[in-house]
Amino acid sequence: MPNKSLFARLFASNRGGSIFLGILAAFAIIVPVFNLAVPESSALHMSTYTVTLLGKYLTFALLAIALDLVWGYCGILSLGHGAFFALGGYAMGMYLMRQIGDRGVYGNPELPDFMVFLNWPELPWYWHGFDMFWFAMLMVMLAPGVLAFVFGWLAFRSRVTGVYLSIITQALTYALMLAFFRNEMGFGGNNGLTDFKDIMGYNLQQDSTRVALFLASAIALALAYLACHYIVTSRFGRVVIAIRDAEDRTRFTGYKTESYKVWIFTFSAVLSGIAGALYVPQVGIINPGEFSPLNSIELVVWVAVGGRGTLYGAALGAGLVNYAKTFFTGALPEVWLFALGALFIVVTIFLPKGIIGLIGKLKNKRRAEKAQAIGLNPNAETES
Amino acid sequence: MKQLDQLREFMRRDRVFDFVAEERFPFTSGVRPVRPGVVDISKGPILYIENMTVSFDGFKAINDLTLYINHGELRCIIGPNGAGKTTMMDCITGKTRPDSGTVFYGQTMDLTRMSEYEIAQVGIGRKFQKPTVFPHHTVFENLELALYTDKSVWPTLIAKLSGEQRDHIDEVLRIIGLIDQVHRRAGLLSHGQTQWLEIGMLLMQKPLLLLVDEPVAGMTHQESERTAELLTSLAEEHSVVVVEHDMDFVRSLARTVTVLHEGRVLAEGSMDQVQNDPKVIEVYLGETAH
Repeated sequence: MPNKSLFARLFASNRGGSIFLGILAAFAIIVPVFNLAVPESSALHMSTYTVTLLGKYLTFALLAIALDLVWGYCGILSLGHGAFFALGGYAMGMYLMRQIGDRGVYGNPELPDFMVFLNWPELPWYWHGFDMFWFAMLMVMLAPGVLAFVFGWLAFRSRVTGVYLSIITQALTYALMLAFFRNEMGFGGNNGLTDFKDIMGYNLQQDSTRVALFLASAIALALAYLACHYIVTSRFGRVVIAIRDAEDRTRFTGYKTESYKVWIFTFSAVLSGIAGALYVPQVGIINPGEFSPLNSIELVVWVAVGGRGTLYGAALGAGLVNYAKTFFTGALPEVWLFALGALFIVVTIFLPKGIIGLIGKLKNKRRAEKAQAIGLNPNAETES
Repeated sequence: MKQLDQLREFMRRDRVFDFVAEERFPFTSGVRPVRPGVVDISKGPILYIENMTVSFDGFKAINDLTLYINHGELRCIIGPNGAGKTTMMDCITGKTRPDSGTVFYGQTMDLTRMSEYEIAQVGIGRKFQKPTVFPHHTVFENLELALYTDKSVWPTLIAKLSGEQRDHIDEVLRIIGLIDQVHRRAGLLSHGQTQWLEIGMLLMQKPLLLLVDEPVAGMTHQESERTAELLTSLAEEHSVVVVEHDMDFVRSLARTVTVLHEGRVLAEGSMDQVQNDPKVIEVYLGETAH
């Protein structure tokens, strides 16, 4: 099976993934057309609010794929992936704050409003450089990446696994939340960073900018999916699955498993950071609440609902759960958390492989019935 | 990490640099240069365990054990439960560090200072007591993962199978007799097939020393016979150490037997010699006779 051409690996022998990318491409074409080209009076017009909402879902889908890469394939259940998302978001937020310039309430060309308010004489050293887009983008990837590398190196080298690792990752995001709540940190305290004006010179309130951000999210999601799919179908990916299933055996086979875990964890954190950076300009705010452990747990629920270990399943789960969340928090706000909890229980008990697993099961059943109908032995070991 | 490892490798005290051993240093001429990563078996034994002691919370699992394994030898190790057989394997493969004593692989490699993956890479393969393969991978992929090649992160990401490596996999498939199951998921194999697949994975690593922990536990009679044939055919080219409880199986291998008891060697010799040794009868065979 190995040694397939790149095209075959990414598309031809990847049916689920091709369908996912097809749907994504359809969205990327339909949404801008219905928002920008169809007149507002038409029933087919898509409001800019919807575009932004969909864009937000796409960034969540990207985050879910990043988590699926480490949880579904490497068995690392991170309950702190929201931290990497938030760090990427903060890096983008800092860039957007610097873009405000002297249009803030206090009109200070150099300092963001909250620093003027706190009587800070000058920009802290770590805010320098964030007025440049390329530097901010570099930090979007570096900040979560370096944190994940250092954290992963320490944790995996000490052979911390399973539930202990999950607890430490949870503590990591909680500690970061408490730190970012402090005004002295210089990230706007509990208000976070907001009141953004424009990005790369384009007004953030404009429809076309919103559509561009939506498209950027869709492209980032597609590229991230392809990169992750490339990784999991390479020998590296097979080693990672081997680590999930039998880490000792992998080690005695000659693989330095901690290196593999560190690198996949770091890559996943970088993807999460990119998701956060795309999320912030679309929702217009980033605050320490994004670090809250609850967010990271919700993220785990998305992946579980969609189906672990398929990548596109995670994206599907993120979309569905967040659509449900938008609906419930609008219609029945007090029910949402109960619904989320119930969903997690139902999925864990009845759908251990999530929605994608259910689809695969139904398909196998139908195939077996069909095979029986024409008198063949049903192939019991086909896998979706 | 890598630099640190390199530095450590450079600073090792048990190593003689090639230039020191050259003839312009007459006082060292005649000394063979030590080549890092190459097993030196010129004196016969491939494994030297000397005065090794391991204790867990005061209990001495291994007590001053000294044992040599020759190159190309098939050695059976028997002993009652708790005799320290598995702990000894753990020490050889780097899973457990001995409290004192030395474990050398060839004359130059100190196994107590190497980690599990390094030990695997220099050619020591280990089969676990409980057969362990990668259940979600096919038989082919299991063998591919065990392949003798550069196993660091980046080369693995872009690795492709060469024709030679493919031939090697085919050859091992033939040896372990799983050629018909090649695309079957390893988790669906029978118990015996899983054991053979695990042995096949060891062979893929091109090892010099195979450590096999209870290979026939839970096997049918025919399966045991096949396993005995397989292990016998592997000796000579590889050194094989078999830990086993099943006396019939040990007898069918018909090689040197070492009896461990309370963490040290009680007796060594052919199966008949060992069986007639009064000490052995007392602690081990005597027990089963009750």
